Amino acid sequence: MSLITPDFGLLFWMTLIFLIVFFILLKFGFPAITGMVNERSERINASIAKAKEAEEKLATLAEQHKELIRQAELEQSRILKEASDAREAMIRKAREEAEASAAHIIEQAKARIAEEKDIAIREIRSEVTLLTVEVAEKVIRKRLEDRDEQQALISRYLDEADRLEKN
Amino acid sequence: MKRWLLIIFFALLPFTAGAEKLDMQEYLFGHVGDSYEWHITTINGHHVSIHLPVIVKSKATGWHCFSSERLAHGESYMGLHIAHGDEPHSGKIIEKVNGEWVRPLDISITKNVLSLMMSSVLLVVLILLTARWYKRHDAKEEAPKGFVGLMEMLITMVEDDIIKDCVGKDYKRYSPYLLTAFFFIFFNNLLGIIPFFPGGANVTGNIAVTFVLAMATFLAVNLFGNKHYWKEILWPDVPVFLKAFPLMPLIEIIGMFTKPFSLMIRLFANILAGHVMILGVVAVVFLTVELGAAMNAGLSAIAVVFGVFMDVLELLVAFLQAYVFTMLSAVFIGLSRQEAEHE
Repeated sequence: MSLITPDFGLLFWMTLIFLIVFFILLKFGFPAITGMVNERSERINASIAKAKEAEEKLATLAEQHKELIRQAELEQSRILKEASDAREAMIRKAREEAEASAAHIIEQAKARIAEEKDIAIREIRSEVTLLTVEVAEKVIRKRLEDRDEQQALISRYLDEADRLEKN
Repeated sequence: MKRWLLIIFFALLPFTAGAEKLDMQEYLFGHVGDSYEWHITTINGHHVSIHLPVIVKSKATGWHCFSSERLAHGESYMGLHIAHGDEPHSGKIIEKVNGEWVRPLDISITKNVLSLMMSSVLLVVLILLTARWYKRHDAKEEAPKGFVGLMEMLITMVEDDIIKDCVGKDYKRYSPYLLTAFFFIFFNNLLGIIPFFPGGANVTGNIAVTFVLAMATFLAVNLFGNKHYWKEILWPDVPVFLKAFPLMPLIEIIGMFTKPFSLMIRLFANILAGHVMILGVVAVVFLTVELGAAMNAGLSAIAVVFGVFMDVLELLVAFLQAYVFTMLSAVFIGLSRQEAEHE
């Protein structure tokens, strides 16, 4: 059967043609194509990796940003609290000072009043003494108009003076 | 009404109106076999064919190169003629030396050779066009569109799915050969399906062609096989009595040849069978002429539907056989490059 016996002429041409085709494609065809395709796929893979990296970086940046905001908010509330504390302390201090000075003034006033009172009492006393003396003088004068009385009085004074001396 | 019945009656009669009887043998072998001329068509009994150059070295008269037109219709030229009838080497050029019919050294450009040349030129041009795109563009920045994109898809598919997976780590060395084999077979298969002139030759269904392809794989496997590969063949890891009396090495050495042999037969038989099937289906149209007009028309319609089915199937087979040949070649090469798993 001619179908299953390889014919020499066709074998010869097939070998020749296949070798020529193979060497042309080996030299100018497939390596150029597959090389470039591989390069591109490598580049695409690298790009994807880079994009992922950038995404991750972005995510950490956002995280940092959030953290910063959180810290700022904390700081803000701390400052506000401090300010209100300081205000309250100032008010309290001022009140205390005011109270203290008021107490002082009252104290002084009281001392003054007491002093004035003393002076006034002393003056009144001396006045009363003088008045008493005058009244007594007047009474005595009146009494001395009578002789007996004078005598009695003198003796009494003398008695008294004695007693005073004895004592 | 009567006239219609009469027409139907005549249509059902087995009636051959001057139709030639189809010589099935000549029809089949003429289409799947090789020939010195490329018969394109016949118009009004006039054959339109391309007469191809005959290149022979006669044992008696030396080299000859002439058009096959001189040998047409059984004519003889320089003592050479195409064997027919009872002569040996039917369909080939023979000469009479010492009273015996012998074949001269025959490297004529036959139908298959011309078809091979055309498909090879087409293949080289298309691949180089694709390669040119990559030279002119920065492939790192842009991807090809259209035809180059299609070629890139095919090449990448073959390389990624077959070559990388089957050959293993040094696939780059074998990738040009395997890609060439794939596209060579694929192009020739496709051209074989086209039923008229530039195609139609039964190239990959010819055993000489598949022999060369299988031989290329055989060489790729055995010329670059590593130490482990040869050790597996000559001194495999089996009990000593199996290799001292060289049973296993014998089997392995036979295996060396059966692998490419199976490649050769598989491609040849698949493509040849495809051609024969299609030719058979088409032949139904001509064979049923003698059964009468009605039967002929009905069976022809069925034959056309079957023909379409077979053609579509052959498209699949054209791709599949190229794929299978490449994949098995890659697997055999991969086995020859395997490193020992534990030593």
